[in-house]
Amino acid sequence: MADFYFVLIIIGMFAVTFGIRFCLFAKANKVVMPVWVEGALGFVPISVLSAIIVPMIFMPNGNLTLSLQNPWLIGAGVAFIVGLIKQNQLLTILVGVIAFYLSKLIV
Amino acid sequence: MKQLELMKKGMTSSIPMIVGGVPFGILFGSLAMSNGLSSWFAIAMSSLVFAGSAQFVALGLILIDAPLWVIISTTFIVNLRHLLYAADMVKFIKHLPIKWRLLIGFGLIDESYAAVRPLYNDKQITTDNGHFAFLGSFLSFYLMWQLSTIVGVVAGELIPGMSAWGLEFAMVATFIGIITPYLQAKRVGFVTPYWAALISASIVSLILHDLPNNLGLLCAALVGVMVGYLVTLKVGKNVPNKETKALIKEGT
Repeated sequence: MADFYFVLIIIGMFAVTFGIRFCLFAKANKVVMPVWVEGALGFVPISVLSAIIVPMIFMPNGNLTLSLQNPWLIGAGVAFIVGLIKQNQLLTILVGVIAFYLSKLIV
Repeated sequence: MKQLELMKKGMTSSIPMIVGGVPFGILFGSLAMSNGLSSWFAIAMSSLVFAGSAQFVALGLILIDAPLWVIISTTFIVNLRHLLYAADMVKFIKHLPIKWRLLIGFGLIDESYAAVRPLYNDKQITTDNGHFAFLGSFLSFYLMWQLSTIVGVVAGELIPGMSAWGLEFAMVATFIGIITPYLQAKRVGFVTPYWAALISASIVSLILHDLPNNLGLLCAALVGVMVGYLVTLKVGKNVPNKETKALIKEGT
């Protein structure tokens, strides 16, 4: 019974996730995007991704933590600066992760 | 041969995010195990659902015994952003046969979109051949996600307490690596609207973080998109950028 419940969870999550990703592709040749939608879509990645990570960075414990004792803030800040200056994704990720763990170690 | 090269191009531009994804996959596998879920469940979820952040949210809901419909509807909201990616990709794939569209739909995640989408802008790939680059990117992310989930499942049994290591920071760093190129004048030529989108989405996400089912995330994302577009219309008039000008002319 419990197994059946977990199968249902996976099937349901698959259906919903795949449905979202595929629905516009199903009749792709009939989809016409208005120009303003095309223009707005360019802002999707930056808006969505920052909305996902900003609460993790500034509220690691559910409260706003603007302090140097917050490894999430330190690591993300370092990654952000490296990303802006160096334009190198791998370097951004590695330096950010190192900064995160160093400040976790020290704090 | 040309197709193999395109696949390689897709894989190469995915490498940094693959590095960032591995700890995240390991965390998922080990979290599932340390919370008493079975290994087949973690592995089946990674291979069929293939959606990192939704899988984590679902895991959290399962642990508090949330009903099925809550798990499914939350998945829907968390993944709704992929609809926006699909809307942006549709112009590049509309001519492809259905099996390609099924495949690209299944593999359309934050990372594959972020790895392949800029290649169209840089003219490294075109509408005719870009799907091979996407295939290469998708396959490498898929393989990475399955393998790292399995490693997490095994490690989660051997090493208790792994979930407290902060491995999810790898995802934060990966997403920062995706975001920062938009904020650089060299890449897009016109950065003010992207900064506006970043700042507005960030503020709203902090204010609304308490909303249930990640609704705050969705609101923040929509605000960011709207602000970015409005700033483009407002400020873009003085910028000698062909794309922006075309946008303003047709958009207003």
